[in-house]
Amino acid sequence: MQQVANNHEHGHAHDHEHGHEDHEQLKVLGFWIFLVTDCILFGSLFATYAVLMHSYAGGPTGKELFELPGVIASTFILLTSSFTSGLAILAMNKGKVKELIGWLVVTALLGLSFIGLEISEFTHLVHEGATMSTSAFWSAFFTLVGTHGVHVSVGLFWMVAIMMQLRRRGLTPVTRRKVTTLSLYWHFLDVVWIFLFTVVYLMGVM
Amino acid sequence: MWESLKEFASWFFVTGDPLIYGAMVSIALTMVAIVFVLTKYKKWGWLWREWLTTVDHKRIGIMYLIASLLMLFRGGVDALLMRVQLAFPNLEFLHSDHYNAIFTTHGTIMILFMAMPMMFGLFNMVVPLQLGARDVAYPFLNAVSFWLFMFGAMLFNLSFVIGGSPDAGWLSYPPLSQNDFSPGPGQNFWIWGIQISGIGSLATGINFIVTILKMRAPGMKLMKMPMFSWSVLSSCIMIIFAFPILTVTIALLYLDRFAGAHFFTMDGGGNPMMYLNLIWMWGHPEVYIVVVPAFGIFSEVVATFAKKKLFGYTSMVIAVMGISILSFFTWAHHFFTMGTSANVIAFFAITTMLIAIPTGVKIFNWLFTMYRGKISFKQPMMWTIAFIPCFVVGGATGVMLAVAPADYQYHNSYFLIAHFHQVLIGGVVFGYLAGIYYWWPKLFGFKLDEKLGAWGFWLWNIGFYVCFMPQYALGFMGMTRRYYTYGWDLGWEPLNLVSTVGAFLMGAGFVFQVWQITYSIKHGERDTTGDPWNGRTLEWSIPSPAPFYNFAVVPQVKELDDFWRVKEEKANGTYKEEPVHLEPIHMPKNSGLPFIMSFCWFIAGFGFVWEWTWMAAIGMVGVALVMWARSFQYDTDYYVPVDEVRRTEASLGRVY
Amino acid sequence: MSGGKWPRRLQLAVLAALASIMLAGCGSDYVVLNPKGPVAQTQYDLIMISIILCSIIIIPVIALTAFIVYRYRDTPNNKATYKPNWAHSTKLEVIWWSIPIVIIAILGYFTVRDTYALKENPNKEVQPMVIQVTSLDWKWLFTYPEQNIATVNYLQIPAGVPVQFQISAEAPMNSFWVPELGGQIYAMAGMTTELYLQADHPGEFQGRGANFTGEGFAHMQFNVKATSQDEFDQWVKEVKGTTPAMSKEDYEQLRKPGLSDVLTYSSFPEGLFEEIVSKYSHGHPMETGGSMHDSMHMDGDKKESAPGSEAGEKKDESAHSTHHMPNTAMTPVMSH
Repeated sequence: MQQVANNHEHGHAHDHEHGHEDHEQLKVLGFWIFLVTDCILFGSLFATYAVLMHSYAGGPTGKELFELPGVIASTFILLTSSFTSGLAILAMNKGKVKELIGWLVVTALLGLSFIGLEISEFTHLVHEGATMSTSAFWSAFFTLVGTHGVHVSVGLFWMVAIMMQLRRRGLTPVTRRKVTTLSLYWHFLDVVWIFLFTVVYLMGVM
Repeated sequence: MWESLKEFASWFFVTGDPLIYGAMVSIALTMVAIVFVLTKYKKWGWLWREWLTTVDHKRIGIMYLIASLLMLFRGGVDALLMRVQLAFPNLEFLHSDHYNAIFTTHGTIMILFMAMPMMFGLFNMVVPLQLGARDVAYPFLNAVSFWLFMFGAMLFNLSFVIGGSPDAGWLSYPPLSQNDFSPGPGQNFWIWGIQISGIGSLATGINFIVTILKMRAPGMKLMKMPMFSWSVLSSCIMIIFAFPILTVTIALLYLDRFAGAHFFTMDGGGNPMMYLNLIWMWGHPEVYIVVVPAFGIFSEVVATFAKKKLFGYTSMVIAVMGISILSFFTWAHHFFTMGTSANVIAFFAITTMLIAIPTGVKIFNWLFTMYRGKISFKQPMMWTIAFIPCFVVGGATGVMLAVAPADYQYHNSYFLIAHFHQVLIGGVVFGYLAGIYYWWPKLFGFKLDEKLGAWGFWLWNIGFYVCFMPQYALGFMGMTRRYYTYGWDLGWEPLNLVSTVGAFLMGAGFVFQVWQITYSIKHGERDTTGDPWNGRTLEWSIPSPAPFYNFAVVPQVKELDDFWRVKEEKANGTYKEEPVHLEPIHMPKNSGLPFIMSFCWFIAGFGFVWEWTWMAAIGMVGVALVMWARSFQYDTDYYVPVDEVRRTEASLGRVY
Repeated sequence: MSGGKWPRRLQLAVLAALASIMLAGCGSDYVVLNPKGPVAQTQYDLIMISIILCSIIIIPVIALTAFIVYRYRDTPNNKATYKPNWAHSTKLEVIWWSIPIVIIAILGYFTVRDTYALKENPNKEVQPMVIQVTSLDWKWLFTYPEQNIATVNYLQIPAGVPVQFQISAEAPMNSFWVPELGGQIYAMAGMTTELYLQADHPGEFQGRGANFTGEGFAHMQFNVKATSQDEFDQWVKEVKGTTPAMSKEDYEQLRKPGLSDVLTYSSFPEGLFEEIVSKYSHGHPMETGGSMHDSMHMDGDKKESAPGSEAGEKKDESAHSTHHMPNTAMTPVMSH
C-alpha cells in the first residue's frame, strides 16, 4: 500500500498522466463491459433453455421434480446477500473498514448457504433420476443453473481474497475499486438469478 | 507392461501416415534446434525477460504477427494438400478421413489461428500509437490474451501428431461432431483449442474498447479519431457480443460429448439445428470482425499514398459502425436450405443484402479518396488497389448468395467456396498484408524490400484469380464442397487442375514474402525519420522503432490527421512550437503470470481433451492460483524517470 | 511498375472468367445453368437477374478504379488536378448511398417473390407425387409411398409431374440436391423438409448430397431418371415383380455406415419413413432403436447382396456391391 499510495501522492502531472485514480476508473469501465459479455453468455444459455424446455424425451419434467420452497429460500438468501453487499459499499463510502469487512463476511456466508442449497437440490434431483444425460431439458437445466452457481462460487473466492486485502491494506483506491467491482458482480448475479427463478422455476411448475 | 505401453502409444499418437511421421520428425527437430540455439547463445533469460513476460503492446503485437505467419504457413500447406488431391479425378493422394481432417484444420486455423491473431497483432502494433497512448488500457490482460491464444493454438495444432485431428468441418456441425460419429479426442482438440484462445479474444475485445474510448490523446474527439481505430472499435464491439455465444456453444457441445448431455444430439430431445443457429450467431459477426479492421487499414493506406484526406470520413464511420450492428441480423443466411418458413428466409435475405449498402459506400469513398490525389504505388497501396476489384466481385457474389431461392443452388457448392475465399483473401488477407507492409517500419525500423514484395504481390494476385475464378464455374457445375474425390464423368477435371495451379502460385507468393522479410532484415531500407511514408496520423510522429513508452510527450490533437496538420503548418511557417515539458512516465511492470496462467489453461485443456478429469482439475487449480496471486500483487507498475526518457529520445535522434 | 496497366489486367482476368462461365453455361456440364424443370428455371432466372444487377455495379466500378488509378498516378509529368483537402461532397455521397439501395431494392423484390413461390407446387395443374427421401451413412434411401416401392441411390420419376420430396435422415445432416431440377434442401434427423421438383422432359440427371456427413460423403451420388408416365408405371411394375421386398432387418442393415450399390425393393415396411422421423422428433418419447437388432442381424448382408435389377445401370466407378460392415462408424471399409 505504501508504495502505491506514495506514488499517488507524488501526484505527477495529473493532466496528461493516467494517475491511479483514473486507472482504477478505467478498470471499473472494463468490468462493466465484462458484465455485458457475461450477460450475453447467460442470454445464450437462457435461449438454449427456452428451446429445450419441453424436450423431456420421456424423462421426468420439471414440474414433477422441482421443490419450490427450497428455491424460494435460496432466492431470499441471494437477494439478502445483494442487500448486505450494498451495505458493505455504504460502509466503504463512510470509510469504515471493519464494518465493510463485516458486511462482506455476512454476504459471503449467505452466498455460501445459497451454494449449499443448490448442491443439495442437485443431489436430490440426481436421486430422483434427473441427470445431465436424462434429456435435453435436464441438460439445459443443469447447465444454466450450474453456470450461475459456478459464478457465485467464483465470487465467493474473490470475496475472500478481497477481505484479506482489505485487512492487510485498508482502503486504498485499488481496494476500493475491487470492492466496487465485486459488488457490481454480485448484484449482476442477483439479477440473473431473478430471471432464472422466473423462467426456470416459476414457469417450470406452472 | 511393454505391450500396454505400446498400445497406449499407438492410441495416443497419430500413426500410420508418412506425412504425419514427417511432421513429427520435423517438429522434434525444430524443438531441438530451438533449445540448442537458446542454450548455446545463453538466450533463455533474454527470451523470458524480453518476450515471455512482456506487457508491451508492440512486442505482443510482434509475437501475434509471428504466430499468425506460422499459422498461415500451416493453413496454406493444408490448402495445397487439398488442391493436390483434387487436381485430378480419383486421385489417391489423400484418403477420405485424412482429407476431411485437413479441410477442417485449414478452415479453423485460417479463421481462428491466422486471421484473428494477425488482426490482434495489428491492433496491438498500431492502435495505442495511433491514439497517442502509452499502452493499451490493461497491459497485463493484453499479455493474458496473447498467451491464451498461443496455448490454444498450440493445443489445436498438437492434434496433428497426438490423438488425431478433428474432421467434422471447421464449424463442426452436430450430429456429425458428436461421439457417435466423431469418437476420439480430435473433436475435443477443436473445442478446447478454440475455447482457450476464444477467452483471450474476448479479453482483447474489452481491452481495446476501453483503450479507444478512454486512452485517446487530449483533443482527439471521437470524430477526430483515425479510421483504423474506428474499425477496431467496431470489430471489438462485435467481439464482445459474438464471442460469448461461441463460448457457450462449444461448451455445450463439449458437455454433449463429455457428460452425455443432449443439447445437440439426435436423441434425448436434443436439437442439432440449434447449434447451427448459435454457431452462426457468432460465425457471421466473426467474418465481419476480421474484415472490418481491413477496411480501416485500407482507409489509412489510401489516404497516405494518394496524399489526400480520406473522402467521406463521416460516411465511413457510419458505415463501419452500421456493419457492426447489421452483422448480428444475418446469421440465418448460412442455412436458407434448412426449410424454415418463407418469412424467416425473406427477412434474412434482405438483411444480408443490406450489408452491401455500407460496404458499397466504402468502396466509392476509397475511390474518391484517390480521385484528385497523387497516387504512389508502394507495397501497401498495391495491395489496396488490388483489393478493390477483388472485393467488388466478391461482394457481388455475396449479394448473389443472399438471393435465397438462388442460394438453394449455390449452397455448399464451390460457388460459395469461391465467394468466401474472395472476400476473405481479397478483403482480409490483402488488407492485413497492406497493414503489415505499411506499419512494418514503425515496428522494426526498416522497410520491406520492394522488388521481392512485387514478386510476392503478383504471384498472390495472379494465383488468386487462377485458383478461385474456376471455382465459381465449378459451383455452376454442381461441385460440392468437402468432396475428397470426384469421377471423370462430371467434366470437373480441367477447372480443378487450373485451380490447383493457382493455389501453388499463391504458395510461391508466400515463399517470396518470407524471403522478402529475411532479406530485408539485413538489406531493407532503414527508416531514420520515423515517417517513411509521409504519414498522416500520430504513430508517424515518433521514432521508428517506437520507444517502449511510445510518446515522450503526449501529443495535443487538434484535427483528424493531426500529424499531417503539424507537418503542413511547419511547412508554411504557421506552426506554433509549444514548450516541451518532460515528465516521468507511468508504465506497467512485466509479469510472468500471463504465461504461467495460460500454460495452466493448456494443461487443463489437454486434460479436457482426453477426458482425464484429474489433469483438467490440476490445470484449473493452477489457473485459480495464478489469479489469486495476481489479485494480491500491488506492485505492478513504475515510473520511467525524466532522465531515462531524455537519454532514450536522444539515442533515437530526438532532443528535448 | 508503370502505374495503370495492372488493374486493367485484373479487370480483364475477371471479365474473362465471367465470360468463360457464361459461354460455358451452354455446355451440359454446367448443371446449375441448364435448368430442366420449372424450379431450376425460376432459380436460373434469378441467378441471371442477380448477375445482371451486380454487373451494373461491378463493371463501372472496376472501370472507374482503373481510370482513377491511372489518371492520378504520381509521376513527374502528370498534369492531373491534385486537391489534397477535397474530402467531402454531399451530392456524391448521396449518389453512392442510393445506388446500392436501389439495386438491393430491385433484387430484394425478386428474392422475396420467389422465396414464397418456391414453397409451393410449381405446377398447379398436376397433382404432385410424393417420394420420401432418407439420408443414411452414406447412401440415399428413396421410398415411394404411393407405389409402395423403395430404391437406394437411384431415383426414377415421371416427367411433367411435380414431385413432392419429403426429406429426412437417420445420420448426420445432409442436403438433397439435384441441380438440373432445382436447389437443395437439408435432410435432418427427426424432421421432415419438403422440396418440390419437376422434370419437364425425360432425361437423366445427377443428384448428390451437398452437406458433409463424414467419411463416405463424396460417394453419396445418385442418378435421377425422368421418363414418361407410361415408362415410369412400367418400371414400377417391373420393380414390384422382380425385386425383393425390404424387411425391417434390411433397413437396419442399410442404416449402418457404409457404401451401397443401387438397390431396388418391391415393397418396404409400412410407415418406415414416419417411423424414422418420429424416432428423433423432439419431445416425443424415445423409441428404443437398434442395438439389439444390430447384433441379431450381423450376418444379414448376404441377403442384401441380391440387389435390384437396376444395379447394372450405374456407370459410377464407385458402384460396389453392398457391404454393411458389422463394425461401427469409425472404420467403414471404402472399397476403393
